Amino acid sequence: MKQWIAFWTILGKDTRSYYLKPPNISWGLLFPLAWTGMFFIRSGSGLGDIVSLLPGVVTVAILFGTTSVLAVTVTFEKKGRTFERLLLAPISLELLMLAKTSGAILFGIANAAVPVVMAAFFADLSHVAWGIAVPAVVLMAIASTFLGLFIAVSVSEVFEAQTFSNFFRFPMIFLCGLFFPIAKLPIVVRPLSYLFPVTYGADVLHAAFGAENTMPLGLDFALLGVFCAVLFALSLHNIRRRWIA
Amino acid sequence: MAASTTSRSTTGLDLDIAIRVEGLSKLYGDVQAVDGVDFAVRRGELFGFLGPNGAGKTSTLNMLTGLARLDAGTISIDGIDCTRNPKAAQHLIGVVPDESNLYPELTGFENLCFCAALYGMRRREREARARELLAQFGLAEAADRGFGGYSRGMKRKLTIAAGIIHDPPILFLDEPTTGIDVAGARQIRQLIAGLHDAGTTIFLTTHYIEEAERLCERIAFIVRGRIVRTDAVAELMQPTRDRHVLLFAVSSSDAGIVEALAEACPGCRVAGAGPGRIRVEADAPILIAPLVRLLEEHGVEVTEARQVRPSLEDVFVEVTGIEAGAMQKDKEKGGKGGGAA
Ligand SMILES: Nc1ncnc2c1ncn2[C@@H]1O[C@H](COP(=O)(O)OP(=O)(O)OP(=O)(O)O)[C@@H](O)[C@H]1O
Ligand SMILES: [Mg+2]
Repeated sequence: MKQWIAFWTILGKDTRSYYLKPPNISWGLLFPLAWTGMFFIRSGSGLGDIVSLLPGVVTVAILFGTTSVLAVTVTFEKKGRTFERLLLAPISLELLMLAKTSGAILFGIANAAVPVVMAAFFADLSHVAWGIAVPAVVLMAIASTFLGLFIAVSVSEVFEAQTFSNFFRFPMIFLCGLFFPIAKLPIVVRPLSYLFPVTYGADVLHAAFGAENTMPLGLDFALLGVFCAVLFALSLHNIRRRWIA
Repeated sequence: MAASTTSRSTTGLDLDIAIRVEGLSKLYGDVQAVDGVDFAVRRGELFGFLGPNGAGKTSTLNMLTGLARLDAGTISIDGIDCTRNPKAAQHLIGVVPDESNLYPELTGFENLCFCAALYGMRRREREARARELLAQFGLAEAADRGFGGYSRGMKRKLTIAAGIIHDPPILFLDEPTTGIDVAGARQIRQLIAGLHDAGTTIFLTTHYIEEAERLCERIAFIVRGRIVRTDAVAELMQPTRDRHVLLFAVSSSDAGIVEALAEACPGCRVAGAGPGRIRVEADAPILIAPLVRLLEEHGVEVTEARQVRPSLEDVFVEVTGIEAGAMQKDKEKGGKGGGAA
């Protein structure tokens, strides 16, 4: 019970200090908007086609919304020593890190909702399979938050965290099958695609938004779950090894 | 937890021990920061850890509080074996680090409430406690200002308040007065003494010898990761009790004068103590008038004759071989001297 008071307080503080700050909100709104606009113009198709762009835009919104904030909420706080205060609290490291990441997960989900809500004004979304789209978005937000966490706890400087997350983000976007089908990628980079959690999320989103999925959906969900668990465990391991050294 | 029931940390002997450390060691790269440290702090005791820069004070404190892993040794806090699981006793301890670790973007009040919540305190309880501490620490007026804009002394006081927000029975303080001006340091020492009077067990690190002497009941001298002596302040001071020292301020302190004094005062140890200063030490009270007369006979003017009370500093220098003055200056390069005034 007492641990949960700590959990909600940490989550509440992060939300107020980071996620509800104007720069973060505008970034969360503008970035997916810009991507939507860019691909929409490039595709040169009618407004009805906007639905086919949604999986890609939603994925980009999640990926950028979640991974970038961990550099601040974790690496920056470690550097400013406020993270030590959290490590001194009588709560388990697991719950502490869930509190530190829940905000980013919710932020990622909120970012994902932005392009969907906007698309609803222009196109008919009644055929979308929400029953699989929503869980996929949630799992992708969790997996990419934990990827951001893993990066954030593996470095010491904020700029390193940001550089590293780009190192993962851009290849992921281009190799996950959203903008270029994996089948059309050069054969040598194809295995890389399957190392990224986003690939499996994108596959589910394709199905949910009316296109073809390339793998069984059950497998997609299972692998997303495995990515979440493994990245979280690796992050905790790194905190114990590097920060409580 | 099963291990602790078989270990000796739960035997009757340990009932009044708050912190017990045995063989504690820590290696950073090739620096042996802490090297086989043993000590026990009794319940309600104010225990001082006194040593120069890099002695291993913070490293020890970090291992005790769960911020660093130990390489060897055992730690038990309030009878709980924390060697493997540093989280086991974290609800019983408060920690005030050497530098503030509060959120600059939150106000003083918000910072205290946040810290209280980390210990599971409910809203009404934590707000009341935060207000109470802000008043007690003279920070009520600054309660709603951002912590980032606080002065160094205010920051330190709020950091101490945050460390005791959950009323912990055991408190760790890492150099609480370093870098704080004289008035602020005195106020902080009064707060610490107040906590001690209220029964809190306190583990305090410092490099201020006078601070340790004034506040602590027992002191461990730590040098290069090893404890060279642990004792009650009264015990440490014992050998100096029968030592008497006179310091003369004179117009000349050359070798001839020093020699003449030594001859005239058998049983005294006489030495120049810098330009215009002569130090006379003996194991019995020293008569001042004959010495002054002798100096005047040699044509030396005496402007001051003062009895010096031997201090813990002398003991420290004897035991550790470290010049106390050097230790203090070294530390204060950055801050304003917060020395025991
Ligand atoms: N995280 C670390 N990594 C590497 N070396 C460290 C680390 N922490 C401490 N040390 C080294 O261990 C030794 C003891 O340092 P420690 O901070 O414990 O000393 P201290 O007694 O607290 O000194 P000070 O009075 O300066 O605070 C020093 O040589 C220091 O350089
Ligand atoms: Mg230190």
